[in-house]
Amino acid sequence: MAFPYITNTEEDRQVMLKAIGVSSSADLFNDIPHEFRNPTLNLPPPVSELELKRELEMLAGKNIDPQGWASFLGAGSYRHYVPSVVGHITGRSEFYTAYTPYQPEISQGTLQTIYEFQSMVSELMGMEVANAGMYDGASALAEAALMACRITGRMSVTVLDTVSPTYIEVLKPYLLPQGVAIDISSSKNLSLKQTTACLIVQQPNFYGFMEDMKAHAAEADAVGALKVVTVDPISLGMLKPPGEYGADVVTAEGQSLGVAQSFGGPYVGLFACKSKHLRQMPGRIVGQTVDSQGRTGYVLTLQTREQHIRRERATSNICTTESLVALATTVYMAALGKRGMQEIATLCYHKAQYAAKQISQLKGFRLTSSSPFFREFTVTCPSAPAEINKYLLSKSIIGGLDVSAKIPNGMLFCVTEVNTRVEIDKLVKELAGFADK
Amino acid sequence: MLINNPKLLEKQRTLLMDVSVAGRRASTTPSMDVPLSDMPPAELLRDDLHFPEVSEPQLIRYFTHLSTLNYGVDSGIYPLGSCTMKYNPKLHEDAVRLPGFANVHPIQPDETAQGALQLMHNLQTYLAEITGTSAVSLAPLAGAHGEFTGLQMFRAYHLEHGQIQRKRVLIPDSAHGTNPATAAMLGFTVTSVATDNDGNVDMDALHKELGTDVVGLMITLPSTLGLFERHIVEICKAVHEAGGLVYGDGANMNALLGQVKPGALGFDVVHLNLHKTFSTPHGGGGPGSGPVCVSETLRDYLPDAVVVKIANNTYKFHRPAKSIGKIAAFNGNFGMLVRAYAYIRILGAEGLKSISENAVINANYVLAKLKGDYLLPYQRLCMHEVIFSAKRQKEHNVRALDVAKRLIDYGFHPPTMYFPLIVEEALMIEPTESEGREGLDAFIDAMLSIAREVEEQPELVRNAPYSAPMTRLDEARAARQPVLRWRADADKQKI
Repeated sequence: MAFPYITNTEEDRQVMLKAIGVSSSADLFNDIPHEFRNPTLNLPPPVSELELKRELEMLAGKNIDPQGWASFLGAGSYRHYVPSVVGHITGRSEFYTAYTPYQPEISQGTLQTIYEFQSMVSELMGMEVANAGMYDGASALAEAALMACRITGRMSVTVLDTVSPTYIEVLKPYLLPQGVAIDISSSKNLSLKQTTACLIVQQPNFYGFMEDMKAHAAEADAVGALKVVTVDPISLGMLKPPGEYGADVVTAEGQSLGVAQSFGGPYVGLFACKSKHLRQMPGRIVGQTVDSQGRTGYVLTLQTREQHIRRERATSNICTTESLVALATTVYMAALGKRGMQEIATLCYHKAQYAAKQISQLKGFRLTSSSPFFREFTVTCPSAPAEINKYLLSKSIIGGLDVSAKIPNGMLFCVTEVNTRVEIDKLVKELAGFADK
Repeated sequence: MLINNPKLLEKQRTLLMDVSVAGRRASTTPSMDVPLSDMPPAELLRDDLHFPEVSEPQLIRYFTHLSTLNYGVDSGIYPLGSCTMKYNPKLHEDAVRLPGFANVHPIQPDETAQGALQLMHNLQTYLAEITGTSAVSLAPLAGAHGEFTGLQMFRAYHLEHGQIQRKRVLIPDSAHGTNPATAAMLGFTVTSVATDNDGNVDMDALHKELGTDVVGLMITLPSTLGLFERHIVEICKAVHEAGGLVYGDGANMNALLGQVKPGALGFDVVHLNLHKTFSTPHGGGGPGSGPVCVSETLRDYLPDAVVVKIANNTYKFHRPAKSIGKIAAFNGNFGMLVRAYAYIRILGAEGLKSISENAVINANYVLAKLKGDYLLPYQRLCMHEVIFSAKRQKEHNVRALDVAKRLIDYGFHPPTMYFPLIVEEALMIEPTESEGREGLDAFIDAMLSIAREVEEQPELVRNAPYSAPMTRLDEARAARQPVLRWRADADKQKI
């Protein structure tokens, strides 16, 4: 049987086997112990492309596509409009079918886009340098914590309890095996020590509210701990970048910058730091140089930090990351540009404020903090958020995240530029309807 | 595709910020349909954002131009050893863009994502079947992330069994750098195990190192020498007898599809690189996906989350009893999972076996045709990739790097160079099953022609390439004086 992804015909194979000097392809596998050869693979029979397309459409059709619904779920993955230009560029196969640019002479497309990515990420965060990207926001933060330990030589980190619970959980497999202690602390009871490598803060925090970065920075500085911040990149179209409040290492989930939510991935972790810490940074970095004719070009650089050179002494084991997703964010940031980034941030802000005002006027709903917030906010509800969400789902609304494990009857709502006023009003009406039931 | 047009090259030196003009834009923003609220205090707001201001046509032309400076699998043969640069089917790119996949929120209620969960559950089942293992988690986001996950499970297993003294990981000296780097991330020490003269693990060296302080062994099958480890069953047995566990790096699974199930050989974990074996595109350096497939011993330790089937043909996420917990924010690189699922569905068992068969024939064909002109360090048939040494060429003062660069002028992507580290001047060629006989003949002719050039005009090879968008780049300078981002002219001295 012939398959579309295999070019050789039976005749080709025979000619080639003869050239190799064996009588059948089975002879090429003789090193495999005989008793384990040719196992039965119990897989469904192959299908044609048309049948497969129908099957995939059927599976996709079983999911509720929140695009057609009113959705107020964020919590680390965000619904933003992705301009068409993004997909048209990432869909170019010169980009998506290339490998990591180890041969710079024929990889300038990838290399220069990563350089643009590093430029825009560092500018957005107000930091001096950025790398080519990490797996996602959670692993980027964990690697930042490890980096802080390498820089300071200290073996304990303090993380505010307002950081994403998932991100805190992901710190554990990265930090604990290397003997790094994790102290989870509320900002009220914060007590950093001379042995603390870094203070980890999320801004705005997981529950939507702004942290007092000035105060946190002062506390970290007092004991010589580094300031590691995980941010919402969309918020930086409006909010002060972490570089301006003294952050040493800044990470973020890059998904909101033009990447499909895609049930959780592929996303990309953003990672930036002060230039003095450059050589402790994990991941790939692209630098500018010249070719033998003096023309400007780009190469992977500072590779002596990386696993393929340094092996067990590398700054991380990271190898393949999320280059194409980084390209998507680069096109997105460039397409929005200076004004677009400001406008999207402003829209998110005002829509979220509007939604919060309406919801908190309902009986039994109350904002959990008086601090400023950007596009997410937490309210306490008059009954269990799980029940409210079930009711909302019956009204074609995907409600907020149930955070009652942390805040009694707490629900974390997210509002972006995609949510119209009509949708927000509908949410408010149904919440009122539920309360009146 | 690859054009050496000076005008275009001039354009290439220009970055978006260099052409930015205040007032231009390449996007539109929806209207403000809610009343404005008070802004946060000024001290929380940013002053300015130096982002490019370009029009949509400028933006598209810029990135389109950049794309033409790249070489991809769709451009031609990409024989990059250990990377499995196979063809990426086009239907897959359409499938991941279906709104019912692309727009689904990772933590929307399980009952609203049944199609995605069903696909993941089926894929787990297929991968367990293909690898001969008991259970699978699709959570790891790349191969090295799969290694990280696998060793986390080893650590949890040994802790659970009171074996806290197990701190040493054995790794053959031919291994990919991610293996030792991963072991170090887990706080383990690394002991390198020598390779014997046939390219197998040196069994005496292995036995000498095994002991009660050993976490386990990480081994790539076939090895990064492109060879099937002849002692693999004995190796797994010896490690198990010493109380250790065996990690199978599945980077080279393309050679084994349907030929043998690694789980049957004694592996406790095998990770797969969906971006290699299962055709998901490499994207210029990711996204990848590195599912971990485990034996019965380790199934309870799998990371959060695994998809399980419950009553009435419904599916949900599940956290195994002794799970190592979350290793990333969400559910794995779902977009890659859709593509791998599609690949397995179109090929079925017979197609997958045909993939490995053709990949191995292609590599051996290259081996047979080039072994007269390039030194073959291990005199045996290879699996899916063949490693030569440019030692002979070095006598003419031409290095593996030069041969690789010269291939660019012949229109081919170079092979992997200088890896594995134990082969001097290594050139690692992995044609994959995507190539056909004529294509390989053209590649072989180019390699033979370069071998002649090395003898007759070594200077020509040493200065290659000539026809690429750029000539050789000064990597030492890039590292010595790092310039890592755009800066306004006035600020250029800052970094």
